[in-house]
Amino acid sequence: MSAKLTSRQVGDVTVIDAAGRITLGDGASSFRDTIRDLAAKGNKKLLLNLADVSYIDSSGIGEMVSGFTTVTNNGGQLKLLGLSKRVKDLLQITKLYTVFEVFDDETSAIRSFH
Amino acid sequence: MARPENGKMEKLQTTLDSVLESVDKAEEFVIQEAGKVGFDEDEQHQIGMAVRECTVNAVVHGNRYSKTKKVHLDIERSSGVLTVIVGDEGDGFDLNSLPDPLAPENLLRQSGRGLLLIRTFMDEFDLHPRPGGGTEVRLVKHLAKS
Repeated sequence: MSAKLTSRQVGDVTVIDAAGRITLGDGASSFRDTIRDLAAKGNKKLLLNLADVSYIDSSGIGEMVSGFTTVTNNGGQLKLLGLSKRVKDLLQITKLYTVFEVFDDETSAIRSFH
Repeated sequence: MARPENGKMEKLQTTLDSVLESVDKAEEFVIQEAGKVGFDEDEQHQIGMAVRECTVNAVVHGNRYSKTKKVHLDIERSSGVLTVIVGDEGDGFDLNSLPDPLAPENLLRQSGRGLLLIRTFMDEFDLHPRPGGGTEVRLVKHLAKS
């Protein structure tokens, strides 16, 4: 299953629920388009929920970083929620744990924007 | 896929088109073989991802999606060891020319993390010119002794 992304509002925070595989090809492309689209529409508080993401490869990680840069350059914030152990491991290996703010529960993540 | 027997070693060889679908196929093949060696689910995932990243490099950077160029996948399994060779028919590249993805100035680069993951997940990694042209990457993973 390639990536499926849906967004919802929790107050002024846009939560992006991602599911499936974020890998080179359709998965990473739809991921990139969704983040850029939301940033272009002026959403500045983005929370990416990866709880239902089964697989991310280096291209998927690259899209996460690209999304982070896009949102940050627009004066916004992109934070991560619900990482599996495997995704956490990838962020450790790539040192991206030092870049992203990561949360295990949504309430804490939403609160962190305020 | 050819399956020549060689003593206790089993070798599988296949040739794949330079398309993204080949990346999934290579990963599936190697996960299946890793399971036969006895690697656990996490190790199979890591080996699969390493081969995935190698195959992406071969399709995208080596063969540049050429319809006339192939990706060559060899998988050898023997007692407690899995060896995978991924070859392309591209122009080759210099490993030393690649930026360090862990350097602070490179952390926000969009690409360049594939080799880091490959080296992290496998016990051995080496890269050399492929006989007949292109580049060959050799990956080895040893089963941990319990």
